[in-house]
Formats: sequence, structure tokens, C-alpha cells
Amino acid sequence: MSDIKQLYQEVILDHNKKPRNFGALDNPSHKAEGLNPLCGDHIFLTLQVRDDKVEAVAFQGEGCAICKASTSMMTTNVKGKTVEEAETLVQEFRDMATGKLNVQKQPNHLGRLAVFEGVKDLPSRVKCAILPWHTLHAAFNSVATTTTENEEEPMKSAGVTI
Amino acid sequence: MNKATSVRSQKNVTDLLDVARIRADFPILARHINGKPLVYLDNAASSQMPQPVIDRLVRYQTQEHANIHRAVHTLSEHATAEFEEARRKAQRFINAKDEHEIIFTSGTTESINLVMHGYGRAFIKAGDEVIVTGLEHHSNIVPWQMLCQEKGAKLRVAPINDAGEILLDEYQKLFNDRTKFVALSHVSNALGTVNPVSEMIATAHQWDVPVLLDGAQAAPHLRLDVQALDCDFYAFSGHKICGPTGIGVLYGKRALLEKMQPFKGGGDMILSVTFEKTIYNTIPYKFEAGTPPIAAAIGMGSAMDYLNGIGLERIGAHETDLLNYATQQVGAIKGVRIIGTARHKAAVLSFLVEGVHPHDVGTILNEDGIAIRTGHHCAQPVMQRFGVPATARASFAFYNTLEEVDVLTEGIRKVQRMFG
Repeated sequence: MSDIKQLYQEVILDHNKKPRNFGALDNPSHKAEGLNPLCGDHIFLTLQVRDDKVEAVAFQGEGCAICKASTSMMTTNVKGKTVEEAETLVQEFRDMATGKLNVQKQPNHLGRLAVFEGVKDLPSRVKCAILPWHTLHAAFNSVATTTTENEEEPMKSAGVTI
Repeated sequence: MNKATSVRSQKNVTDLLDVARIRADFPILARHINGKPLVYLDNAASSQMPQPVIDRLVRYQTQEHANIHRAVHTLSEHATAEFEEARRKAQRFINAKDEHEIIFTSGTTESINLVMHGYGRAFIKAGDEVIVTGLEHHSNIVPWQMLCQEKGAKLRVAPINDAGEILLDEYQKLFNDRTKFVALSHVSNALGTVNPVSEMIATAHQWDVPVLLDGAQAAPHLRLDVQALDCDFYAFSGHKICGPTGIGVLYGKRALLEKMQPFKGGGDMILSVTFEKTIYNTIPYKFEAGTPPIAAAIGMGSAMDYLNGIGLERIGAHETDLLNYATQQVGAIKGVRIIGTARHKAAVLSFLVEGVHPHDVGTILNEDGIAIRTGHHCAQPVMQRFGVPATARASFAFYNTLEEVDVLTEGIRKVQRMFG
């Protein structure tokens, strides 16, 4: 079986059918919207960050199975991590998906997320896998720029398009 | 497979077209992708090139290349003659009255932009209206939007019905004294709808409004006759008719082309230049600034010869068989919805597999060597009309077979089993 089929069958289909942490948090401390206009992937991320730690995270949206599975697995992996640890995962995931990080040879913290390594062979799908991670990065960084004056349209200032 | 065989023998497609022999002309069709024979069903995006066209390009580059319209040496004169012969081939391909009405461009997109800049910017004013349709490719929307924004003109859109057909009554109602231009697709790239362009052109002409046809998807499938259509402009690309990328055609009626402004300034488009004044060259050269893609133009001419050798009518008949069979087979799969069910269609099948994003469909099919397009097909308004972010699209060419339709059908079933 090819790596891609294996990726689909072992991980993607499961998370696509049963996405973890699906929904929206009531009073999130951070949120962002991620949009991949090319294929219509669209996710909303809400986070509860306290004492620099991701206490809760949830997502909603529509997208392909790779995007949904990547988002679902991201939420389970960043929960309980510090913002810095989560940002390290953002960087490492992006590097892996774009072929800059060899998860077998180079040290990393990706663990189970390494199953997404196969997407580096699907350049047109890399964006699907990376979208949630870009969105998480945007959510973390939006607090600094999103003030209460922007409450009406907080998504806009935190929006990320890749 | 049995069904395929029976349909084929009923229709005697092989009597019309020797597909096996034609396929042998296309080296790329012998390729394997992911260990499976390539099933290339992305012809609406770009078609493949047959060996005679490849040979023509190689011969040009190995034996004949020089710049054109410049020097007195043998190579330049020969290259110029071949380039101008390609223009005459294009003229005959669409039955233009005059070879000077054929402008070489980089493709359909540039052809449309040329008309927007050369005609639109010169003749469309604040308060004027430009009509497009709900079926257009972005390349026949965005230039007109840019123009309307610049001039303070208004873009009006002829709506489509649930089958993907333009509502002619609504189209006709859009016309008024402010209407100054119509830009419309001959064949929809996303859905395959063949539009009733003769009728639509006649309506526009009753209001003295010129019409541009985006023929990118029509040129590979239909016998074209711009004089019979009476369109004012016609745009199409070389790479969708088995030619190279980077070359296309803009046809325009002489009288319109002559009163238009040049689109690009540079060499070859001038008669004389001083720092005080430049006198532009005559058509078509007025619009062909700089060294053109000479090899690509000659290659496109060769591709036109190739298609004419088979016959556009026979190509169209075989493609209709492919479309009918694919519509029947794919449409019969439970959980598959076909988007675009116009009565008159080119060989394009847009579809959705329930519960599976089109990109996942495309990726899984690719694992079996099947190349389809997934996404919005550069026609987001069409997707919005049907309330979907994207579709999967199989588009056929004359070198495709009914057996390949079966491979596609089985591939879709496999996707469903995987996601089931």
C-alpha cells in the first residue's frame, strides 16, 4: 500500500469521521479563523489559554479529510501544552509537511503527528494539513493586536489565509 | 466492463474514430502513475500533445529558429514565413475572414485582457454597463470587474438555472441603452454547458453591443466559425487544443481591432518611433509587441493540422459518447451528484461524492493513476450558485476511451468504500 493510502486509512479516515474537540468554547481567550480559498477549507479555532497553558481548544468548520484530521489531531496534541511548546509544534509540523524536517533523522516533538509526513509528497495538499497550525499560530498572536475595540469583528483581525 | 463493451458495440464508436491508433500518437498516455496506467481526465485544464506537434517543435528549435519580422537572413525569413503560416492556420481553424484579424497572445486570459485594455478602456465610460454570465471563468470576470472599477461602469450578470444553463429571458432583460459590452463563455469550463451563443450574440447586436466569446473550452471540441457566429471577438488557448502552453489567439473583427488602442508597447508594434511621436503598426502587429512565442505559435498551427486531420466533427461525436457513458455510469453510483446537467454539454463531468471532499476524491483517484481536477475550477461564482466549495471534474478528450470511464467509475466506488 502506498504511504498516502496508509495515511488515509490509519489516521485520516478515523479523525474525519470522529473529529476530536469538535465545537466552540464559550468564552475563549483566543480565537482565529483559517481559510484556504483554493479548496474551501474553512476552520474556526477557539482556545482557552491560562497561565500560558492551553487548557482547552476546540474547532469547527468544513474542509477536506486531511484538513479535518490534521486539525483534530492538533487539538489533542496542543491541549495541556504551553504556548511556547505549541508554537514549537507549529514550526515542526510546517517543516515536516514541506519536507524541511526529516522526522526519522532529526530531533523533534511531533510524536504521533509524524504520520502526516506523507503529505510532503502531495504538494497540492500540504496547505490542507498546515491550515490548522497556521490558524493556531494566528490565534496565539492575535491577542496582542486584537483589543476590545475590535470585539465586533475579532475574526477579521485574527484571520489567516494561506 | 461488459456494459462498456456493449455500449461501445452499439454505438460503433470505433468505426468513427480509431482511438487506439490515436492514443499511440500521444507518448504521455503510455505513462504509469503510481504504478497504474495513466487515465488522463483533466483535459479541460490542459490537453496532451501528440508526437507530430512535439516533432514540429523539435524541428523548429533544431533547424529553423531565428527572430521574426527583423532580419534579411534566411533563418529569419523562414521563421517569419512559418509564424505567419501559423496565423493563417488559426484563421482557417475558426474561419476568420482575414488573417490580420488573428492576434497571437499568450492564451485566452491575455486575449480577454487585451480586449479589456484595448477596447474597454477606450470606449467604456462611467455609467456604462458590461454583461457577463454566471458561468464565467475568473479570466472572463476579473478583467471586466477591473474595467468597471476603473471607469465607474457596472457589471451585470446573466443568471443560470439549476442545470447550469443561462436564463435567456434574464439575459435579454439586462440590455438597455447603457449596455456597452458582452463577455460570455462559449462553453463553461466548470460544468461543460454549451451556451446558445448565436442567439445571445443576436440579442446583443440588436442593441449594437459587441460580444466577446471566451472559447477556451469550445475550441477543443467544436468546429468553429466566427463569421457564422458573428461574434466580435473570440479568444482561445493553444494548450487546450493539443498545442503548447504560452500561446493563444484573439480574433477580432477588423473594424473593431483598427479602432482599438494597443495593449502593450514595444518593438514590432510600431511603424516609426521618435521621442515626440510613435506611429503604431497595422493590425495584427499593433497588438504583438516584443518577440512573440514563435515556436509555440508554429506548434499550435501544427496542433490545428492534427485536429483537422482527425476532424472536429468526429472528435465531437466520440466525446459525446464518452460524456453520455460517463454521465450514465457515474450518475448511477449512489451518493454521487452530478453538477451541471445542461441539455447541451461538452465532455465535462463535474460531480460530488457525498461525504467526501473533492480534494480527497482527487488524491485517492490519483493513487490509481486517474488524473481529474478538483477545486473551484477558477469559477467560484459557479460554485457559489450551487452552494458547494468545490467539485471533482472529469473532462474528456478524443483520446479517452470508454474503458477509462469504467476505471473512473470503479475509482469513485473505491473512494466511497474507503470513506464508507
